[in-house]
Amino acid sequence: MKNKLKVLRAERDMTQADLANSLAVSRQTINAIEKGKFDPSLPLAFKISKLFQLSIEEIFDNEETKES
Amino acid sequence: MKKENVSKHMKKVTINLALWTLSWLLTLALATFGPKFIWQERTTWSILAIAINTLIGVGLIRAHIKHLSALDELQKKIQFDAMGIALGVGVIGGLSYSVMDIANVITGDAEISFLVMLISISYMIALTIGKKRYT
Repeated sequence: MKNKLKVLRAERDMTQADLANSLAVSRQTINAIEKGKFDPSLPLAFKISKLFQLSIEEIFDNEETKES
Repeated sequence: MKKENVSKHMKKVTINLALWTLSWLLTLALATFGPKFIWQERTTWSILAIAINTLIGVGLIRAHIKHLSALDELQKKIQFDAMGIALGVGVIGGLSYSVMDIANVITGDAEISFLVMLISISYMIALTIGKKRYT
């Protein structure tokens, strides 16, 4: 799943470690989400959404939904 | 839970798991070699050593569950994938090995230690591949 996590993080001048800190996950998890290798669970997506004060849809782009 | 607390907790459960693993290994060695080298085949001591090893084994399982609970969702996925592969390889490989013994394809009896090694090696390989896949 594509997402804007890297852009949002860069806009706020945050490192992957900072974001991992704020979300209480490992840096590897942030890296995997940014690269689209791992889709976060709904609770983690909500935490990300709350942190950046954006809706989940504004951060994550479900390509499959768009195509259908 | 904030990251510092998460890190501290993770460190604590990992050390806890390492200590339980070490204790289990030492008591397993005691139960295995004790009868021959320490208490000269006295059954009471052997039963006691096996009971202690089993009880520590229960503690080890609990420590492992706590360790898994402390992981984040990606780390859990990597662990569960690796464990699933290790279980599959263990069941399939173990049964094939057992059949080979029954059919006398292999010389000598099938040893449980080979199965343990097979499970451990497949788990470690699957864990390494899983970690690399999400890097």
